[in-house]
This record gives sequence, structure tokens and C-alpha cells, in this order.
Amino acid sequence: MAKEKRSYWSTTLRLLGVILAIWAGVSLGLSIIAAPLLNHIKMGGYPLGFWFAQQGSIYVFIILIFVYARLMGRIDRKFDVHEESEKKPNRSRR
Amino acid sequence: MSLQVATFIAVGLSFLLYLGIAFWSRAKSTSDFYVAGASVGPVVNGMATAADWMSAASFISMAGMISNMGYGGSVFLMGWTGGFVLLAMLLAPYLRKFGKFTVSQFIRDRFYSRTASAVAVLCLLCASITYIIGQMTGVGVAFSRFLGVSNDVGIYIGMAIVFAYAVFGGMKGITYTQVAQYCVMTFAYVIPAIFIAFYLTGNPIPQLGLGSNLRGENIALLARLDQVVTDLGFKEYTTALPGSVLNMLLFTLTLMIGTAGLPHVIMRFFTVPNVAAARRSAGWTLVFIAVLYTTAPAVGAMAKYNLHRTVTPGIEQNLDVFDPEASLVGEERPDWMRRWEKTGLLNWEDKNNDGRIQYYNDASSDQQFLASAEEAGWKGNELSVNADIIVLANPEIALLPFWVIALVAAGGIAAALSTAAGLLMAISSAISHDLIKGIFAPKISEKRELLTGKISMAVSILVAGWLGLNPPGFAAGTVALAFGIAASSLFPPLMMGVFSVKMNKEGVIAGMLAGLSVTLFYVFAHKGIFFVQGTQYTHLIGGPNSFFGITPEAIGAVGALANFVVAFIVKRFTKNPPEHIQALVESVRSPRGAKTVEGAH
Repeated sequence: MAKEKRSYWSTTLRLLGVILAIWAGVSLGLSIIAAPLLNHIKMGGYPLGFWFAQQGSIYVFIILIFVYARLMGRIDRKFDVHEESEKKPNRSRR
Repeated sequence: MSLQVATFIAVGLSFLLYLGIAFWSRAKSTSDFYVAGASVGPVVNGMATAADWMSAASFISMAGMISNMGYGGSVFLMGWTGGFVLLAMLLAPYLRKFGKFTVSQFIRDRFYSRTASAVAVLCLLCASITYIIGQMTGVGVAFSRFLGVSNDVGIYIGMAIVFAYAVFGGMKGITYTQVAQYCVMTFAYVIPAIFIAFYLTGNPIPQLGLGSNLRGENIALLARLDQVVTDLGFKEYTTALPGSVLNMLLFTLTLMIGTAGLPHVIMRFFTVPNVAAARRSAGWTLVFIAVLYTTAPAVGAMAKYNLHRTVTPGIEQNLDVFDPEASLVGEERPDWMRRWEKTGLLNWEDKNNDGRIQYYNDASSDQQFLASAEEAGWKGNELSVNADIIVLANPEIALLPFWVIALVAAGGIAAALSTAAGLLMAISSAISHDLIKGIFAPKISEKRELLTGKISMAVSILVAGWLGLNPPGFAAGTVALAFGIAASSLFPPLMMGVFSVKMNKEGVIAGMLAGLSVTLFYVFAHKGIFFVQGTQYTHLIGGPNSFFGITPEAIGAVGALANFVVAFIVKRFTKNPPEHIQALVESVRSPRGAKTVEGAH
């Protein structure tokens, strides 16, 4: 049991690590550090670095959260720690 | 129909809507009052959280700040959205699993210490109160600009409305009114943006319009804007940095970590039915915030271009900016400029008495530009533009009908009210639940606690209103401080509480104090001790921004780092937390069993 738990947690941490790396890579990396380089590339009328900073990073954040929620749900089920009510959200108590 | 009448109708209808919702969703139990019965679905909660998050400052000032700062304004866009990724992954699901009403309750139980919880309540109240002063003044400003009443009357009306639904409805009333407020404010923000994007670029979607060519020309809007602003001595729009690259990195990180640590945002995730919903809800929150936040840069850049070509029409006729014919004749300025001059947000002063408006950067670092300006007989920038104009006057600049302007009024007021209500909720639950029930009267019955909650809400509204009417001198600098405090003192203990089984109370208390002191020390050095003018001590630390060129707004990330480092060092030399606490952490990590949220200890 304790071993199961440890392996659930380390799987979780790996997922968090990957997502946080993308999160930092896009917002701090592409949008700030690499922006002067990326600005040489144009996407429509947008310099690419500027686009990442003012538009792209926000879209990436949204995708990251939903991907995380989905993968995490899968990990929960794999290790059998998911919530009973997850399939049909409990709306009876209002 | 006059503009004034249209505005009164739009705002009046929105108030009726909020009050109707308040009546329908009265709180009947402490669970309704603190966490809306923990039964709000992820999408609805996302929408309410978005309204809670987007304040009068987001609605009225953010596009203007981006407009002024150009690329540097991205710190707000990324900082205030990126924090939700941290929140979704590192805090929200675990705190929801923990299943209590408030943030400091988690600290108290996880770190088995009233001292830790007291320090957390203190940080929480500091962050929330500094934040709410800004919101209450925002309410006053919104009312006075749009309805023509005085600032004070505006604050009284705002207090009365918030009172009606926050005191009787608690979190439940607040949540459902915020859903309505979200719809009102987003509609009001996006409609003028669509008009202005279509007008300038022919593309009605602002996010795409910003990357399009100007209508009928073969040059991109942003490229043209870069040309225009550099011709006038400003920094290039798409590359202008706030200080150094390092400063921009830390500023962004501070806002991100601060966002994830602000109690009134975290609390929202206690209202959803389960852990999976808490994860998804953060995603929905960000979707709803993004609608407004991805529109804001378009509004900022387009309004800036519009303003420049209005004031310096020569740029459209390919005249040199120094050509006397290039600047606008003052007497021919449009009506909307005259209207906003009355409010003091826009001001023209004909310094060189040539009857024309010269709007340029008289503090440019380009010596050649300044020399040419002097040669052209310019005696300094003649137009001062308050950042708020960009959103407030946008519909008028784009010559939109009255009803759109009226809508912006209702939207601005909705933004201010929804955030004020969310903050008041955080403050009153800290008082009634953490202080009164947690420390002074643990045996209080549920019915009396509900009453206590309502009374502390009423008192908080009165205090917030009073602070709004008599804003302390430091009000302006405080929002940045709220993020600094949340980032350096609240986020790290919450995260360590989940991610480090062995973190103990000694470590976390030392960490919080270290983070807070680093942040306050640096901020006070620049802004004065407790913001008292004249007590700045930058000379002691080697001049302003002496720490690697970091501005005080960006220091929160350094404070957070100090918090983590100190906590882990102290932990090494003190004893492990008791067994049952380690078991508690294990159970928080596993989603199964998250059922109800309750306040029992």
C-alpha cells in the first residue's frame, strides 16, 4: 500500500514537472528571454516574441490546465484513488 | 435619449439583476455562507472566480497600462494568468481535498500551530485589506465618472449594493451575482473592442486584428505603431522593456506566485463539489479571464494608434512629425477630448503658444530627437493622458453609439463590485471563522456563527467603505505590495504543506517571517516605512533598485525564494512533525474521499 502511494505521488510529481517546465519555458523563456530572437519571425502582423508575451502564453496556460486535469484524472484511476462521484458530478445537494 | 439617461438605465438594470439574484440565493447555513454549500459546478465557479479576479483595475486600467508600457505590459498579462497554472496544479485540488472553509485553517491544522495560523491570518488580512482599499476607491471612481455623482456618494451606493447581497447571501449570493457581473463586464469590454478592431483593420476579432494590416494599407498595425511611437521619441512599442530582462522575469514571477497565493482566489476553489472539479475549474476560470485579457492588448495598441493619429494627423499624410502642419490645431480637437478634459484625465497645455498640440516624449533618451524637437520650436509635451482614458473613452474615440458607452459604465461598476465582494468574503471569514470560532469562542453554535459571519461582513463593509472614503496616503503603492506579500508569505507555506511531508511548524513560521521581511524591507526602502513619506532609506541599501536592478514591485519572487530556503534550513535542525500530521499530508494528496466541506475542528 505504502509503495502504491509512493509510486502514485512520484507519477504525479513527474507530470507536474513536465507541465511546469512547459509553463516556464513559454512564459519566461519564449516570451521574455528569447523574445528578441523570436521577434525576427513574423506571424501575420505579430512579431512572434511579442505574440507569445501578449497572446500565446495565455492560450498555452489554458491548454496546460486542461491537459493536467485530464492526465491527472487518468493517473487517479490507474492507482485507484479517484473519487467515487467523479463520473456523475454530484448536483443533488443544492 | 441622452448619454446620461442611457447610462442610468444600463446601470439601474444591472443593479436590479444583482439584487434579484441576491434574494434568490440567500445563505441558510454556515456552509452556504462560507463555501456556497460546496455545490457550485466547475464552469459556474470558473466564471465567478474570473469576475472575482478581474477588478476595476483590470477592467479600467490594464489596457491603458499596456498601452503605455507596450511589450513591457505583458508582465500583467502573463503574471495575472500564469498564476492560475500554479494554483490549479499545486494548491487548489489539495486544499479542496483538505475540505475546510479557509486558508489559515489549513495552515493551523497542517502545521499544528496557532502561531503559524496567526501569522498566516495576519499576512492574509494585510494582503486583502491593502487590496480592498483600491477596490473601494475604484467603486467611487467608476460611479463618479459614469453617473456624475461625487466620489463619496459613489462609495455609499457601492457599499449599499454589496451589503445587500454579501451580508444575506454570503459566498452563495456572491458567487451567483458574480456570474451575472462577469457577463456584464465582458460584454461591455469586448463590444467596443470589436468595433475598433473592425474600424482600424477590417478584422472584427480583436485578437486577430492586432496582428493584421491596417485597413487599406500594406503595413501591419503593430509595425506602423512602432514607427509612429519611435518617430515621436517613445520606445518601440513591441520591444519596450520595464527595466532589465531580469527585472521583467522577476516581476512576472511575482505576479504569478502572488496570484496563486491570494486568499480570495484560493477560497473560490472550496466551493466546488470535488477534487476533479477543482482542477477543471481553474481551467475554466482562465478561459473566462482570457476572453478579456487577450482582448486588452488589442484595445491598448489600437487605442494608442488612434490617439496618436488624432493628435498628430500628419503621420497619416506622411508628413515629418516636426512639420508644423503635422500636429493637430488645438481648436479643432474632437469633442470627446473636450469632454474628458473636464474630468482632468486628459489635459492640453499649449506650452509653445502655437495653437497646436505636440504630443511626444520629452524625456526621450535619443539626443538627436530632442535636438530636432527643440529646433521645431517644441517646448515640451503638451498633452497629458491618464491611462484610464484608453478604456473609458475608447467607445467615444471610435464614435460608437451611446448605448455602448452606457454598457462600459455598467461593466466598470460590475468589475469593481464583484472584486470588492470577494475580498470582503475573505476578510469576514478570516475574522468570524479563524479568529472568533478558531481562537476566541470555539464552542459557538452554527446558527450563532452564521450570525457572527454576517456581522463581521457588515463591519468589514463599513471599514472598507471608510477606508475608501479616507484612503490612507499609501493607497497607490499597495496593490503591488499585496502581490508581494501573497507571493512571499502565503504561497510558499501552502505549497510546502502539501509537497513536503516532513515540513514542520518551526520551518514554516521562520520561512513566512523571512519572506515577509525581505519583501517589506525592500519595498519600505523605496516607498517609506509603512509608506510614510520621508522615511525612505534607499541610501542605506545603495540607491534605488540596487539589488540587481530589481524594482520593488518585482521583489516578491525573491521573498518567496527566501521563504523556501529558510524553511528548509530550519527544518533540517528541528524535529519532524508528528505522525498524524504526516498521515494528514498523505490523505490530502489522494483525491478519494473528498466529500463535504465543513468547518468542524
